[in-house]
Amino acid sequence: MFAYSLRMAVHSLKRNRALTALMVLALALGIGACMTTLTVFRILSGDPLPGRSQNLYYVQLDAGSLDGYAPGREPQTMLTRYDAQALLREARADRQALMTAGRVSIQPERSGLHSFLSNARYASADFFPMFDAPLRYGRAWSAGEDAQRARVAVISAQLNDKLFGGADSVGRGLILDGHSFRIVGVLAPWRPVPKFYDLSGDQFGEPEQVLLPFSTSRDLSLALNGNSVCWGDTGGDPEGRAALNAPCVYLQYWAQLDTPERAQAYQRYLDDYSAQQHAAGRFPRPGNVRLRDVNEWLQFNQVVPSDVRLQAWLALGFLLACLVNTVGLLLAKFLRRGGEIGLRRALGASRRQIFLHCLAEVGVIGLAGGALGLLLTLLGLWLVRQQPERYAQLAELDVGMLAATFALALIASLLAGVLPAWRAMQVAPAIQLKTQ
Amino acid sequence: MDMRPIVSTLFRHKTTTALIVLQIALCCAIVCNVLFLIGQRLERMQRPSGVDESRIVTVQIAGGAPGSDAAAIGRSDEAALREVPGVSAAAATTLVPFGNGAWNNGLSLSADQPQPNLSASTYMGGEQLFDALGLKLVAGRRFLPEEFVDWDPSGQSASKQDAQPAAIPAAILTRAVAQRLFPDGEAVGKTVYALDKTPLRVVGVVERLARSRDNNDPAAYDYAMLLPAKLAYTGIAKYVLKVDDPSQRQRAIDAAAAALLRIDPSRVVIEENSKTLQQLREDYYQQDRAMSLLLGAVCAGLLVVTALGIVGLASFWVQQRTRQIGVRRALGATRRQILRYFQTENFLLTSAGIGLGMLLAYALNLGLMSAYELPRLPLAYLPFGALCLWSLGQAAVLWPARRAASVPPALATRAA
Repeated sequence: MFAYSLRMAVHSLKRNRALTALMVLALALGIGACMTTLTVFRILSGDPLPGRSQNLYYVQLDAGSLDGYAPGREPQTMLTRYDAQALLREARADRQALMTAGRVSIQPERSGLHSFLSNARYASADFFPMFDAPLRYGRAWSAGEDAQRARVAVISAQLNDKLFGGADSVGRGLILDGHSFRIVGVLAPWRPVPKFYDLSGDQFGEPEQVLLPFSTSRDLSLALNGNSVCWGDTGGDPEGRAALNAPCVYLQYWAQLDTPERAQAYQRYLDDYSAQQHAAGRFPRPGNVRLRDVNEWLQFNQVVPSDVRLQAWLALGFLLACLVNTVGLLLAKFLRRGGEIGLRRALGASRRQIFLHCLAEVGVIGLAGGALGLLLTLLGLWLVRQQPERYAQLAELDVGMLAATFALALIASLLAGVLPAWRAMQVAPAIQLKTQ
Repeated sequence: MDMRPIVSTLFRHKTTTALIVLQIALCCAIVCNVLFLIGQRLERMQRPSGVDESRIVTVQIAGGAPGSDAAAIGRSDEAALREVPGVSAAAATTLVPFGNGAWNNGLSLSADQPQPNLSASTYMGGEQLFDALGLKLVAGRRFLPEEFVDWDPSGQSASKQDAQPAAIPAAILTRAVAQRLFPDGEAVGKTVYALDKTPLRVVGVVERLARSRDNNDPAAYDYAMLLPAKLAYTGIAKYVLKVDDPSQRQRAIDAAAAALLRIDPSRVVIEENSKTLQQLREDYYQQDRAMSLLLGAVCAGLLVVTALGIVGLASFWVQQRTRQIGVRRALGATRRQILRYFQTENFLLTSAGIGLGMLLAYALNLGLMSAYELPRLPLAYLPFGALCLWSLGQAAVLWPARRAASVPPALATRAA
């Protein structure tokens, strides 16, 4: 019965090629636009650390001055060095790490390569186990090396390819800003999307090429490269805004808290810490603490660009317009065949059979529209990848979205087909025969 | 022409009529709003920056040890850049319009007010910065040589034995800032406070100078100030150069980079920030351009789909009414009258669609206003959208209507 319906459908579609092509095209355009934007949307709004993200928390305290203070506002988005180091020392979370963006010049050992600038991340040891940063060779540095301000570094796979041709470079030397470092680990290719651990810079950029202990970076006064906000004079200290007591925030601080109870306890601990600092006069503002997990933090920072959200809505509107168009055309098509349907009804086809025949026809259109829509989606994503934004390079179709494309095509076309098929089913056998 | 028969025919096909009206309405609503969005982007991209864009290039370098006298390195860098052939002015600067990085400072009218009046982009540089940017003075004067102080842009003093740097005495504001701070009076001669409440005497007002990066507040686009400060070299620096001949800009960039590397070979030229200002502007607005193109494509796609829908439905109606048309022709209706009939029918449908579409467009705009902080849709877009759709409808119906008009009168006499 189903095969028969399908044969009938294809036969009927062939009889009116122009109209069929029109419907397929309209459906394909709508689906192509929709799936392109939804793919981009999904990639950007994804969870960078599925399974772990709910246990990682971003810490915010409010160390600012009373200048420009208004109660009820969001606390500062980063920590001062003093507070970050105090929290790290007390180590009340299951794991914790402070970090900031930096910039170093790299002088390759291999002759023929010029020295070049590179993004760096100055972090504490737990960075690697907390964020599941995968190591291809070697190991991360230890808390002990943090304390000793050891001149050790972990480099990215990319930098390892560039400097050492991808070989195991653990134990080799590296000259950073004129200081010699020892490579202890090489990351496997790693690209959390978005770059959740530091949203203050390029939110879809790649992780830094060189990672080294924060303590070492301060020991050597390596350059900072991220956002910083200062509310007082920093000229007095040779370390400037990076100084231990500088009135500046520039550090990201993450805590791993494995159970909700631990998170609650940590929140209380932060409240107490903040209250103590307020009482001691270090925090002029009253206590204002936030503890957000990865996804809350991403949401708070509105990581999905508003352009991308706008595009997604626009594409949905476009799909809706295409569907209305298809409904109109289908209705015209089925009603034009009123005579044929009446005849079939008179010959004993039930309303249900007519309905199913019509839906089969719509389904074929839906599948064809889906296939063409898929091609358009691939084309659309290719176009997206030509765009300048960092996230654009990530726009690739995966299996899930491929299946979703066909599901959307089928559902959309069947939705579009219900009303016309319903109307076709209503055709009365006798009247149609009489008017013929 | 009597419209009653057309209307009553349409009422007999309620579902199809409703569908085509709905489709036109959706198209109208989306197209009006999308055209508005495109207009917003284009307007944004055309804002003038206030600097001489066709003649300015910028070079950024990093690396090299600042050594003991960062101020001296800064001075020798600038001197070397002024020797580059074809360059009429060169200066180190904290900011470049459309460049990477932003540095904004609060500006206050009094030293003890808790909240600044506004936040302005802070352009700092030595004597030649004003000329290198090609700014246009509209009131007051430029900085005097004695007003320039030595400044360490990193906020870290290069050597501890340095005395505290002298405070900056003067500022030049943009007209937008001057008008906002002193709405009913002359700004020149007044004192404003910035950078930890340093009093700054306003000595001049320039026509405009764009923020280096705008923070999505169009009103603040022109909020900038110029401060007299000779910048020390702290391991990273931006330079702006004004080139006499725009065709020599790339050569000037290369020559400037070479000159800076000659001073210290361990420096690195940051290629992606060493460009002509026109290139920086293009990069800066790349996303707006891409988004405009995408919005334009959606608009075109929607119009095409709607037009094809009208063609499809109209030809269906023509086919359905072939016999009826034949009868009318046999009764003396001219081809022109048949053509008119379908054109009028389409006009009625489109008008209904446009009417509904305007309401939808307005509703959509309300949604966009709340979600994306867009301004209200200007009413001018609505008649424009209507005109668009009327022409589209008429163009789309032409082919089916002509087929209808060519139905021979003899058809009526054939057996049904």
